[in-house]
Amino acid sequence: MSVAVRTLPRGRAETTTRRADAVPKVTGEFAYSSDLQAAGMLWGRTVRSPHPHARILEIDVSRALAMPGVHAVLTYEDVPGRKTYGLDFPDQPVLAGDRVRYFGEPVAIVAAEEPEQARRAAAAVRVEYEPLPPVTDPERATESEPLHPDRPTMGHGFRDDPRPNVIRSLVIRRGDPDVEGEVTVRGYYEVGQQDQAFLGPESGLAIPDGEGGVDIHVATQWLHVDRDQVAPCLDLPPEMVRVHLAGVGGAFGGREDLSIQIHAALLALRTGRPVKMVYTREESFVGHVHRHPARIWAEHRATRTGKLVAVRMRILLDGGAYASSSAAVISNACSFALGPYAVDNVLIDGLAVYTNNPPCGAMRGFGAVQSCFAAEAQMDRLAAALGVDPVELRLENALEPGDRLPTGQVVTGSLPTREVIRRAAALPVPEPEELPRDAIRLPGGAGNTTRGEGVRRGVGFAVGFKNICYSEGFDDSCAARVRLRDDGSAEVHCAAAEVGQGVTDVILQVARRELGTDEVFLASSSTAQVGSAGSASASRMTWMAAGAVQAACRAALEQRERRGGGEVDVERVYRHPRTFPLDPETGQVTDGDAHVALAVAAMRVVAEVDVELGLTRVVWIGTAQDVGRALNRIAVEGQIEGGTAQGLGLALMEEIQTREGVIANASFTDYLIPTFLDMPRVVSELVEEPEPAAPYGLKGVGEPPTVVSTAAIVAALRDATGRELTRVPVRLDDLVGL
Amino acid sequence: MRIELTVNGERREADVWAGESLLTALRDRLGLPGSKNACEQGECGSCSVLLDGRLVCSCLVLAAQAHAHEVVTVEGLAAGGELHPVQEAFVETGAVQCGFCTPGFVVAAVDLLRRVPDPSEDEIREALSGNLCRCTGYQKILEAVRLAAGR
Repeated sequence: MSVAVRTLPRGRAETTTRRADAVPKVTGEFAYSSDLQAAGMLWGRTVRSPHPHARILEIDVSRALAMPGVHAVLTYEDVPGRKTYGLDFPDQPVLAGDRVRYFGEPVAIVAAEEPEQARRAAAAVRVEYEPLPPVTDPERATESEPLHPDRPTMGHGFRDDPRPNVIRSLVIRRGDPDVEGEVTVRGYYEVGQQDQAFLGPESGLAIPDGEGGVDIHVATQWLHVDRDQVAPCLDLPPEMVRVHLAGVGGAFGGREDLSIQIHAALLALRTGRPVKMVYTREESFVGHVHRHPARIWAEHRATRTGKLVAVRMRILLDGGAYASSSAAVISNACSFALGPYAVDNVLIDGLAVYTNNPPCGAMRGFGAVQSCFAAEAQMDRLAAALGVDPVELRLENALEPGDRLPTGQVVTGSLPTREVIRRAAALPVPEPEELPRDAIRLPGGAGNTTRGEGVRRGVGFAVGFKNICYSEGFDDSCAARVRLRDDGSAEVHCAAAEVGQGVTDVILQVARRELGTDEVFLASSSTAQVGSAGSASASRMTWMAAGAVQAACRAALEQRERRGGGEVDVERVYRHPRTFPLDPETGQVTDGDAHVALAVAAMRVVAEVDVELGLTRVVWIGTAQDVGRALNRIAVEGQIEGGTAQGLGLALMEEIQTREGVIANASFTDYLIPTFLDMPRVVSELVEEPEPAAPYGLKGVGEPPTVVSTAAIVAALRDATGRELTRVPVRLDDLVGL
Repeated sequence: MRIELTVNGERREADVWAGESLLTALRDRLGLPGSKNACEQGECGSCSVLLDGRLVCSCLVLAAQAHAHEVVTVEGLAAGGELHPVQEAFVETGAVQCGFCTPGFVVAAVDLLRRVPDPSEDEIREALSGNLCRCTGYQKILEAVRLAAGR
């Protein structure tokens, strides 16, 4: 079968600052997953539940099947293997059988000659539902009807919590959390549900190989874990399912979980034809997991001189209908709940629950975003209560190497918390702008709603940190394969997902450096060619890919030398320092560290608020980030600027609105993300203190800016308005009427 | 229905259905997938093309409306194997990450610089505020447009 699947560009970057894929991306030649075509291709479409919670009484596909151009309509009964899948726990039906648990859950899939035929056939599938009352309040989930009576997340070493709908409960207890301080501040904070809103919708192409197997070309973050979830559902051995990376239009955590993979493969194997699926934007909003909405209660106790003596926090995350990575997200939210501050007495009570709200999972920052928003607001409250400078308070309590995390882990790698605070605080902020000025430079901008009479200016500051790499004993690895040819050139294979972050260039840069040649070609990423690279997640991909490619290059050179020349083909698997689980009862480290490494960022923000209209304008952002060592300055800045923009979105505008579990704003008209006019310039200071455990001393850089920017921006709004602003996104009503 | 139009300087024909967008016709009928579909409702600018020299979201134009008109897509900007100066600047400044928004930004920036050869920062921001980017935070795109303007 002729297949017009273009491989990812293999070209040589002329310099390290030019992306290898930049030219095909600016000319329109780069093949994204939604651009793929194959001869004889059919189009797939998903039938989705209109109810957040319902029993399925009957599914009738006969009318859809009889429609023109339709080749297959499949339901639960047509899944040949395991009926459920999941990133960490297989609790999610491939297609719903007797019950749907969230709005938009897949119930049937259709393949037809034309997209429009597939759309109409999907609409003609008749599903009889008996709606059930949805569980939508996470605080009442543990007293509600169990949505997963078989408790899929039990028996994984988590704390035993017998209440219904618990995905994971976690207590971190250290020292004496009852110890009193001289000054106490309390707060309650909420974080809304954010969407990754990558621009390239979920899409891909499944091609049957004619021998019972299937090739899946898809935009994803982790090829091998996709394969390992897909194959059992198809009842195929893993080698008969080959997953290939198609061009990825952004990810940000939202492509960790499966979308079209099993569905397209089922349709392709049933029809014997290639099947392409592309989600619409509306469908994309129900087609991937979101950032967990959070409710956080916090109490900070300190001495009169500003030394934190005890912190108590309760963190509740709404995991939605299926577990996805919620167990790890709540763990992260708790591990980094305090922010980068050293506190001896800590009690953190974390809970992630099942509800009938949209499923939540990985999004850039992974639990640390929610905690940072609460913890940094608390630090500002404490500074106000003490009458001390908020930056000084942070310096006074800064967590540094040698100090302990709330889990008892001693910080051993690089963590220049004081340095990033000092550097960010020292960045000069721009002078206030005079009135009158062009409307474009006022809150409300081109809307021309004000002349600026009600504009107030504020300056905010925040610090955030999180882990780099996977944690809690996860056996994380990355493979790379290097082939040295007789002509002196080299071919590198690595299944690392290029999601836009630039890992392709990291791989090429490392290989060129290690091999001492510019003649390095990177093959397209595929499960058929090389072992797992792990996920493009957790700020780990640069670290892990660099480690693997470095090891494979060195092994290849060594082997060639030993043989006295000739072609060699070597695969190596890299592992970062091992981690260990937390004690399920105390949340303390057991046999060793739970986290590999940490990264910290500080940010200073100037914002203006029109207090008559509730409109905001972020004027300027300056940040200092701990990057270990920057391999490519432009790429690092790009991560900081883009990551900051996503945090700005959560601070000011981005929230999936649900009404009784039903998403009300599944479009870019109603779910707003920052535009060119919303996002100011970002001044980035890179703090380079090499990470001893990492190849070349590098650290992942993608997440810290997203962790810190929401907190820093809201701090600026508080400074401008005097309001407490305990919820993000901040709403217009929260800012008006001073 | 059959439409005839000029795309990137070439006479082309396509069979489309009455409700089909110009974007779908370009991508699925004419083999030009460079223009991207990210929102289907004119919010993101990923599908930006020039229709008779005017910047439009091709998802909001019916294919039938382009009959007998002239369309330039991102694929038509590089001439004789040379990148357009805007494309060159996007490559040089690091304005490309995932790149899904890039074709739309490039077309919109070409349109801007043709109308306003030396735009201020505010003019660039306003002109390109109809194009969404989720990766870059826009800063390097701003640098790219200024660099292209300087050339």
